[in-house]
Amino acid sequence: MPLISDLEKGQSIGHRTIELSRADLIRYAAASGDHNPIHWNDRFATEVGLDGVIAHGMLTMGVSVELVTHWAGDPAKVVDYQTRFTKPVPVPEPEQGPPDIPTARLEISGKVGKLDAEAKTARIDLTVNLASGDEPSKVLTKSQAVVVLD
Amino acid sequence: MSINTAREGHTYPAITYQVSREAIRDFAVAVKAEHPAHHDREAATGLGHQDLLAPPTFAVVISQRAEAAVIADPEAGIDFSRVVHADERFIHHHPITAGETLTAATTLERIRLMGAGAMVTTVTEITHDGAPRTTVTSTLLVRSDGGDD
Repeated sequence: MPLISDLEKGQSIGHRTIELSRADLIRYAAASGDHNPIHWNDRFATEVGLDGVIAHGMLTMGVSVELVTHWAGDPAKVVDYQTRFTKPVPVPEPEQGPPDIPTARLEISGKVGKLDAEAKTARIDLTVNLASGDEPSKVLTKSQAVVVLD
Repeated sequence: MSINTAREGHTYPAITYQVSREAIRDFAVAVKAEHPAHHDREAATGLGHQDLLAPPTFAVVISQRAEAAVIADPEAGIDFSRVVHADERFIHHHPITAGETLTAATTLERIRLMGAGAMVTTVTEITHDGAPRTTVTSTLLVRSDGGDD
C-alpha cells in the first residue's frame, strides 16, 4: 500500500490496456441495468446520430479506475471519483467470429495530480485514450480519483 | 420540448435497493475489476469490510434507479430520448458492502438551458439507516431534435 510520504506530484502510478467487445457491452448492460439500445443496436445508434454502437460512458469510467484501486490496495480507499465524458468509445461489430472479440482498445494511465498531507489524500489524475478506430482520442477528461493513504 | 426550470430543487421519492453479493460480483466482472475484495468474502473482511465490497462506480446501479423518477416526471418536461452523459461523480462517505438495504433519493439540482437543449444535473443521496453512503452527481446533456450536433 503506498504511503503519502513516498509520493510526489507528477509521479506515475502505472498504466493498463483494456479491450472492449460487444459481449462486454451486453455484460455491462445486464450488470448495471442500463439497457439503452445505443450500446447494443447499430440501427438504433445510427438513427440517433451516432456512427454505430458505443460503450456506456459508465463502463469506460468503471474500467478506468481499476488501475487506482489496485495501486491503493483497498478499493474503499477511493473516496471520490469523477469524470467528464468527452468522446464516445465506438465498439463496432467484429467482421467475423464470436461477439467477444474485442474491437475497441483503451489505454489508461495515472499519475499523482495533487497531494494533501493534512487530509492524507492523493488525487490521481487518469488519462484515458481510445487507441482503436480511425480517430484515436482522449475519451475522458478531468478524470480524478481521490485516494485516502496512510 | 419545453423544459420547466421551476422544477429545479425538486426531490423525488426515495427508492430502496438491496445490495447482493451476486450484484457486486456481476458488476465487478462487467467493469473488469479483479480486486479480490469484490469477489471473495474473506478478502473483503480481511480488509475490515463487513462483506463483499462494491467497486467505486457500483453506486450508479442504485442512482440510475432513483434518477428514473426524473425521466418519468412530466412536470420537468425533459425529453430524454436524445441524451448524452456529460459527467459523473461519486463521493463515498462510507463503503457500500453486500447485505445492506440502501435508500436513494434524487434531487433535480440544476437545469441549464442551452439553445433548445439543456444540461441537467441530478444529485442522488444514497444512505443506510439514515447514514450517508455515497453522493452521486450526474449531468446529462439533453440535445434538441434537429440540432446540428
